[in-house]
Amino acid sequence: MTGPLHGTPALGDEFVKGLWRDNPVFVQVLGMCPALAVSNTARNALAMGLATSFVLILSNAVISSLRHVIPKQVRIATYILVIATFVTVVDYAIQAVSLDLHKALGAFISLIVVNCLILGRAEAFASKHGIGRSLLDGLGMGAGFTVALFSLGAVREILGSGTLFGIQVFHADFQPWIVMILPSGGFFTLAAWLLVFNAVTARRARAAEPLEAPR
Amino acid sequence: MTAPARTLEIRTSPHMVSGYSVDTIMFNVVVALLPVTAFAVYAFGLAALLVLSTATVTCLLTERVACRLSGRASSLGDWSVAITGLLYGLTLPPGLPLWMVVVGGVVAVALGKALFGGLGCNPFNPALVGRAFLQAAFPVAMTTWSPAFTSDRFTALGSSTLTLPFTRPLYDAVTSATPLALWKFERQASEVGELALGFIGGSTGETSALLILVGGAYLVARNMMSWQIPVAIFAAVAAFSGALHGLDPETYASPTFMLFSGGLMLGAVFMATDMVGSPMTSGACLLYGAGIGMLVVVIRVWGGMPEGVMYAILLANACTIHLDRWIRPRVYGATAQEAPR
Repeated sequence: MTGPLHGTPALGDEFVKGLWRDNPVFVQVLGMCPALAVSNTARNALAMGLATSFVLILSNAVISSLRHVIPKQVRIATYILVIATFVTVVDYAIQAVSLDLHKALGAFISLIVVNCLILGRAEAFASKHGIGRSLLDGLGMGAGFTVALFSLGAVREILGSGTLFGIQVFHADFQPWIVMILPSGGFFTLAAWLLVFNAVTARRARAAEPLEAPR
Repeated sequence: MTAPARTLEIRTSPHMVSGYSVDTIMFNVVVALLPVTAFAVYAFGLAALLVLSTATVTCLLTERVACRLSGRASSLGDWSVAITGLLYGLTLPPGLPLWMVVVGGVVAVALGKALFGGLGCNPFNPALVGRAFLQAAFPVAMTTWSPAFTSDRFTALGSSTLTLPFTRPLYDAVTSATPLALWKFERQASEVGELALGFIGGSTGETSALLILVGGAYLVARNMMSWQIPVAIFAAVAAFSGALHGLDPETYASPTFMLFSGGLMLGAVFMATDMVGSPMTSGACLLYGAGIGMLVVVIRVWGGMPEGVMYAILLANACTIHLDRWIRPRVYGATAQEAPR
């Protein structure tokens, strides 16, 4: 909550809002393409989440520091330029760290550039607030995105191959649910998590409602 | 003494009362399915009985739980879930492990029906949603067919039926291929008489075409099923596959083979005519049926799988809302130019 009526929010709130209240995947429903495409194993999901967070945090910081310098008419193009720089850095970094992780993530690393989450936070937040707040916002959103992706990836990998991070979780005779590794499984898992998320949010909202006075 | 006040209900014409409610119609569909079910148990024995009863009970329980969780009154009394369970069970291979039947049943009712809002709100046929999920999740188990009319079918269960939950099933040495798979992968034709009467392998309910047609005829006679849909499906399948067969008899199967093999009969008569998933007007029903027929032949001939009825019906269900918007029922008293008076 910002604005003259509520005052500027606390610094901690900028970080925490990305985890639950404004979670990028479950509330804002942004960045669905990497969320569904590379979450077939927990390792890929975690890697994609961390890569996106890295780009988000640094691009937020840079754009926030340049916010008074960038002209309004070319701001989107400039933001994309900044974001693309960091995506290139991440791309080479992943290649250096693990070549088969790079192959597994494939084209989706480059697609981080067009992830609506990063451009959205740049436009909606980093261009209007100071560097400190933008950094916290990036950290919170990145953390929320990574947690969401990891939850998708973990469920899909456990049910779809019986492993977690490559370690066999079930006994050897486990019948894997092939559908979970397929794209349709991604949609089913996302829907299931959204159901859980919304049920919890609705229950909290009901509990927090003040009781109506009888007329 | 004054007479008690009465409410006078005024409704405009036309007045038509058919006397049929949802549960009457659904009950009659169950009755129409009984010959098919009986034949399924007769052909595949104890395993089929277990699969069918597990499927039905799972669907009933899931519906009960879903109604309770969503705060709706229990809708078990309208028999629609019984049909879903029975139809879902009839599309499964008879030797399928029971834990997979349970998983599919839960998905069918929870995902295919309850999440969308219950009876009348689901865009897709719930039984087919369950089967499609199982097909994607356990492709090997869903395409392993047991032979029909084995001598020990009433006394012994196959080794796969009672596998522990979440465990890979082990199959007996004897498994048979369906006529469709035989044609697609080995170009081996089957006798039409055998196909129609049901002395072949396949999923639990699809084998006896004759009994399915008898059940369908009963429903049409009682005016509880729109005959346009199965007729359109059969006509489209016959026409399209006939044209292909005429062009190249060696590569393309004959129309009678296409009509009587696989799940086409069961799908056309009982699944495609599901009142929620099919269009409202007869013109739209004809188009819907024709679309399903074309898709079935396309998938069977050029698709990767030997059987395409399930996906054809699901795809056509997705088009139903557009068909209903395009072909609207005629409003009584309205002509094409004037608005209704």
